[in-house]
Amino acid sequence: MSLGPYASFIVASYLLVAAVVVLLIVWIGIDYRRQKRRLGELEAGGAVRRSGRSTTDMK
Amino acid sequence: MTLIDLANPTRFLSLTTRLLPWLAAATAMLLAIGLYQSAMAPDDYQQGATVKIMFIHVPNAWLAMFVWGVMSLAALGTLVWRHPLADVAAKAAAPIGAAFTFLALVTGSLWGRPMWGTYWEWDARLTSVLILFLMYLGLIALWRAVEDPSRAARAAAILTLVGAINLPIIKFSVDWWNTLHQPASVMRMGGPSLDRAYLIPLLVMAVAFSLLFVTLHLAAMRNEILRRRVRALQLIQVAQASRRSA
Repeated sequence: MSLGPYASFIVASYLLVAAVVVLLIVWIGIDYRRQKRRLGELEAGGAVRRSGRSTTDMK
Repeated sequence: MTLIDLANPTRFLSLTTRLLPWLAAATAMLLAIGLYQSAMAPDDYQQGATVKIMFIHVPNAWLAMFVWGVMSLAALGTLVWRHPLADVAAKAAAPIGAAFTFLALVTGSLWGRPMWGTYWEWDARLTSVLILFLMYLGLIALWRAVEDPSRAARAAAILTLVGAINLPIIKFSVDWWNTLHQPASVMRMGGPSLDRAYLIPLLVMAVAFSLLFVTLHLAAMRNEILRRRVRALQLIQVAQASRRSA
């Protein structure tokens, strides 16, 4: 597969899209872990939801 | 499970936890197929291999507008029905929409340089998409600036609905004004003007990126629900602490 004289523009486009998509995935993953950890810490400190259920309850 | 059930954040979290692995797998599979088809697509007789940029530029440009459309529906949900997940949906979608818009602008620029001889032109299509990007950033700043989520929700919903005026301007800018940007070649009266060799990889990539958005959006909504639980618990803790000290 030859990309011709403008290969650098094509490769740069695909690399940039890949980088931003990976960044989004990593950012959302880190944010998820951070929120779960903060909820865990609050629960360990005795904080309880009004419903009385676990803060990380997903069922 | 009915739609009413989804109004309950805990039920929504449960559904999201079950759905996310399947959505992520489907997205990865479709992206792999789309990327393979894009790599194998023949060179265009005029544009040569730069036509391959279309397979990532166009899905990002479609999603830039689609995400704002989703946020506008969510804004109606906030203002009219006060749906508990509407503002969560809008707030979670904004950074993802901003990322798609940024990619549409930059890949368009990288496509424009070899084809038009310039990275940028202040014409109607490019400028209206840049305005969309700035509106995304403005909304994200608004959500960050107002601490009370319910007050931020209403202000953001109004701003989102006002910003939706920009969507038809972006879509029809190539018809209403003289522009370097080519007119619509897929969503147009009379059907797509693209050859099947380009149309099929483009549609596969469009579906793959749409699935990517759904996956990321659900995951970001899950994070936002957890963040609001953190805030609620912190407020409870502060109230308890001030009662004890009084």
